[in-house]
Amino acid sequence: MSDEVKALLPLQPTTFHILLSLTDEERHGYAIILEVARRTQGELKLSAGTLYRSIRRMLETGLIVETRNRPAPELDDERRRYYRITPLGKAVAEAEAGRLRDLLKMARLCGVAPRTT
Amino acid sequence: MNFYRLLLHIYPSSFRAEYGDEMSAIFALELDRSSGLAARCGLWVSAFAEIVFNAALVHWEIAQRDLYHSMRSLLRSPGFTLTALLLITIGIGANVAVFTLANFVLVRPLPFPQPDQLTKVWEKHPGYPRMELSPANYRDLNASSQSFTALAAYTGDSMSLVGQGEPQRIEGATVTANLFSVLERPVLIGRYFHEEDGQAGAPGTVVLSYSLWQTAFGGDREIVGKPVSLDDQSYTVIGVMPADFRFPTRETLYWTPFRFKETDYLDRDNNMLDSIGRLKSGVSLAQARSELLLIAARLRKQYPKENEAVDLSVFALRDELSAQSRLLLKGLCGAALCVLVIVCANLANLLLARSLTRERELSIRLSLGANRRNLLRHLLTESVLLGLAGGASATGVAIAALPLLSRLVPSRLPVQQVPSVDVEMLLFALALTVITVVAFGVAPAWQACRGVGLSGLRVGVRTGGAGRHGARSALVIAEVVASVVLLVSSGLLIRALWRVQSVDPGFKTNGILSLRTELPFPKYDNPSTRDQFYGKVLADVRRLPGVTDAAYITALPMTWGGGIWPVEVNGRSQIRTEGTSASMRFVTPGLFSTLGIPLKLGRGVNESDTADRPYVAVVSESFVRRYWPHEQPIGRHFKFEGHDREVIGVVGDIRARGLERTSEPQVYLSSQQDTDNTYYAPKDLVIHSSQPPERLLPAIRQIVHAADPEQPISNVRTMDEVVAGETESRTIQMRVLVVFAGVAIVLAGLGIYGLLAFTVSMRQQEFGIRLALGAGHGDIFKMVLAQGAWLAVAGLVPGLALAYIAARLMESLLAGVRPADALTFSTAAAVCLITTLLGTLFPALRAVRADPTAIMRAE
Repeated sequence: MSDEVKALLPLQPTTFHILLSLTDEERHGYAIILEVARRTQGELKLSAGTLYRSIRRMLETGLIVETRNRPAPELDDERRRYYRITPLGKAVAEAEAGRLRDLLKMARLCGVAPRTT
Repeated sequence: MNFYRLLLHIYPSSFRAEYGDEMSAIFALELDRSSGLAARCGLWVSAFAEIVFNAALVHWEIAQRDLYHSMRSLLRSPGFTLTALLLITIGIGANVAVFTLANFVLVRPLPFPQPDQLTKVWEKHPGYPRMELSPANYRDLNASSQSFTALAAYTGDSMSLVGQGEPQRIEGATVTANLFSVLERPVLIGRYFHEEDGQAGAPGTVVLSYSLWQTAFGGDREIVGKPVSLDDQSYTVIGVMPADFRFPTRETLYWTPFRFKETDYLDRDNNMLDSIGRLKSGVSLAQARSELLLIAARLRKQYPKENEAVDLSVFALRDELSAQSRLLLKGLCGAALCVLVIVCANLANLLLARSLTRERELSIRLSLGANRRNLLRHLLTESVLLGLAGGASATGVAIAALPLLSRLVPSRLPVQQVPSVDVEMLLFALALTVITVVAFGVAPAWQACRGVGLSGLRVGVRTGGAGRHGARSALVIAEVVASVVLLVSSGLLIRALWRVQSVDPGFKTNGILSLRTELPFPKYDNPSTRDQFYGKVLADVRRLPGVTDAAYITALPMTWGGGIWPVEVNGRSQIRTEGTSASMRFVTPGLFSTLGIPLKLGRGVNESDTADRPYVAVVSESFVRRYWPHEQPIGRHFKFEGHDREVIGVVGDIRARGLERTSEPQVYLSSQQDTDNTYYAPKDLVIHSSQPPERLLPAIRQIVHAADPEQPISNVRTMDEVVAGETESRTIQMRVLVVFAGVAIVLAGLGIYGLLAFTVSMRQQEFGIRLALGAGHGDIFKMVLAQGAWLAVAGLVPGLALAYIAARLMESLLAGVRPADALTFSTAAAVCLITTLLGTLFPALRAVRADPTAIMRAE
C-alpha cells in the first residue's frame, strides 16, 4: 500500500460511500445521493451540503475527478457535473475495505461481531 | 427557492459559485417530491440546519488551508516574520500594559458595592481645600446631614504587635464603628464593630486583615474571641476581613474602633479624621455638596471663633486620586498609542515591501487560477496569524511588565498594588490585536491584490507604482511625526525630573539613615519615660563607630504632611490659613546638625529645654520673614500648639512637604516639652554616619532592644531613598517614555532606511542610465539624501507642532519647564534628523555604487 493511500486512511463513511457509488459508473451529484441511499437501503441519505463538501475535498485529494463526458443532450441537465473515481480513489477504497475486513476479523476473534456476513 | 439561494450565501463564495446551482436543483427536486405541508416544512428545517452546519465546516476547512499556507509562507521568510512579531509585541505589549494600569487606576469600580455612592468629606480652609475633620465637626455633621445613609471616620494608625514572633510595627486604622457598614463589605469570619465597641471605656476590640490573619496568626479559624497584644494593651479579635478588602490603604493590616471621650470633642482645630460617607440612593454629589455648605454655614454661626473660615466639601471616593497621578497615566497612554501608530505604520510598510517582492509569486498564483479574492484572503490570513501570535506574546510581555509599572498605582487607592490579569485585560489585548491587524494588514493586502497582474510574470520587470510609493512615504512620515512627539515629551519630562531633583530640600541626604521606633501608649504617656528611651538610644547610637550624630524627630521631612498649627503672634488670634499656619515637629537635641539644617541665628534645642523651663521654639527663616521681617527674632514670643513659645534659634527652611510643594514655615519644639499630645511624640530616628547602613543596622537593633525589648523597628531607609521616593512615579513614567521614544525613533529610522533601500534597488537601472549619461556620483548621492531629508522634514514639522500640543496638555507635570522649551525641541529635532539621515546614508551609498556598464549589459 503506497504512502499516499495510507495517508488518506481511515476514510470518513460518507467518502467511502461516495467512492463505492462511483465504482460502476460516472454519476452526477443527485445520482450519487440516490445511489448511496439505494445501496444502504435508505439508511444513509446524504444531504446536498454534505455531498458537495465531501466532493470538494475528494477533488482536492484526487480521489475523484470531474469528467467531461456527458450523456445525450435530451437526458442531460447543463447544471449537472459528473464525477469519476480515479485510480487513487479506487486504491483508497480497496485499502479502506481491507482495513474494515481486518477490523471485522479482529472483532470476530473477540466474539463481538456476527460469525456470518 | 429564492430563499434557499439566499441561504447558500452562508457558504464561502467560491463554494457557492462551484456547487450552488446543483445544490439548488437537488433541493428543488426534493421539494417537488415531498407532499404535504409537514413534509415540506421538515425539508426546509433540515435544509437550513445542514447549510449552517456544512457552511461552517467549509469555512473552517478553507481557513485551515489558508492557515497552513500562511504558516509555510511565513516560515519561508523567518527574518520578516520575526521582525513583524517583534514589532507587534512591542506595540501591543506597551498598550496592553499601560492601558490595563490606567483602567485599573482610573476607570475600574472600586472593590465595594455601589462604589459610585462612596464619597469623602473634607473640611475646607483657606489654602487647604482638603483638610481632615475635627472630631467635633464630624459629630455635628453626622448628626445633621441627611444626604448620607451613614458617615464614617477613620485615621491611619500603627501599633506594635507583640507575642506573635518578633515584635513588629504594623500599619492599621482606627475607625468609627460604622465604617464597615458604610463600605458594605461583609466580614470573612466573626463580626463588625458594634456601637458599644466605640463607647468610651469599652474593652479593646480589633478586626484583622486577611494578610495579618494569615501571616501572624497562621489563618487560625478559632481566632475570634482570642486576645492579642497591641501597643502593650490587650485587644480581643472580633473578626477577619476578606483578602481583597483594603481600606483605607493597601498597607492597612488591622482596624480598631475609636473610643472618643467628651474631651476629644473640645478642640475644633484638631483635624485628624478622614471621613467617608455613602450617599443615599437618589442623592447626587451636587445635592450633598449644597447640604454640606448649609451645615458648614450653621457651624460657623455656632462656633464663630473655631470655625471662622471652615467650609465643608464632598468628593467621589474615586476622585481622591491626584491630578498628577491621572495626568501621569494619561500621558503614558498617549505615548503607548504613539508607539502603536509607529508599529502599525512600520508593519504596513514592511508588508507593502513584501507584497512588492512577492508580486511574481502572486502573479503566478493568479495565472494558475486563483482569484483575487483568494489572494486577498490568503494575505489577510498571514496578517491575522502574525497579529494573533504577536498579540499572544505581547500579552505575556504586558503581564510580565505590569509589576514593574505597579508603582504608578497610588498607595492611597484602596486596591491591590499589581493589577490582576483578567478577562477585561485579555479582551482588550484581543481587540487591540484586531485593530492592529486591520491597521497594518488590510491596506497592504488590498494594494497587493489590486496591483498584481500577469505583467508581474515578465522577468526583470520593475514594479512598485507611484501610488504605492506615496502610501509608503506617508507611512514613514507618520512614524516620524509620532516619534518626534514622543522624543519631545520624554525630553520635557527628563528636564522636569532634573529640575525637581535639583531642588534643594534644605537638609542633607547623604550618609543619613532613618528608622522608626514608634512608642506605644499609654506605656510611654509620661514624657520623662519617653525621654529616657530617646536618651538611652541616642547615647548608645552616638557611640557607634562612624556615627557623627543622631537625633529624634516627630516625623521625617517629606513623609508626613501633618502637624499644621495656627500661629498666634502679639496676642492676635489667627484663623488657620496657608498664610497663618506653620508646620510643627518635636525634636531632640542634635537634630539640625544630624540633618545638616543650617543654624542661622541663636541656638538649637538642647538638654536644658525641659518641661519645667519656659517653652522654646526654633523657627525657620520663612517664619521670621513672615512675622518679624527686618527685626531681631531671638527672644520673641508667639503662641503655638496651646503654649507660649520663645524663639531661641533660627534655622534654614526645608521642603517639609516634598520637593514639588512649598512648605509652611517650620517650627521645631523640644521633645522634653511635649506634654499634652502624645500623637506628636518623636518617632523617627535619624543617624548621620560614615558607615554603610547595612553595617550599622544590627548594632542599632541591639541598642533599641536593650532600651525596650518589646520595641519594634520599622521604616528603615536612607534619606537619599526618602528624597528619591518623592520623584519615584515621575522617574518611572520618564523611563517608560524614554524607552517608548527610543523604540519609536529607531523604528522611524528603520522605516526610512527600508523605504529608501527599496526605492534605490528599484531605481538601480535609472541610476545606471543617469551615470552613463554623465551624472556624477555626487548628484546621485544628493538625490537619495534629499529624498530622505524630505521625509524627515515632512514628519518633523507637524511632529513638532503636535509635540507642542502634547506638552501643553501635560504642562502641570513639567515642574515649571516651559512647554515650548527650546533646548528640548531643538534636541528632539536634531535626534530625529540624525537618525533619519543615518537611515538614508546606506541606501545613498548603495545608489552611488550603481555600475552603469553592468546595468546596461543586463538590459
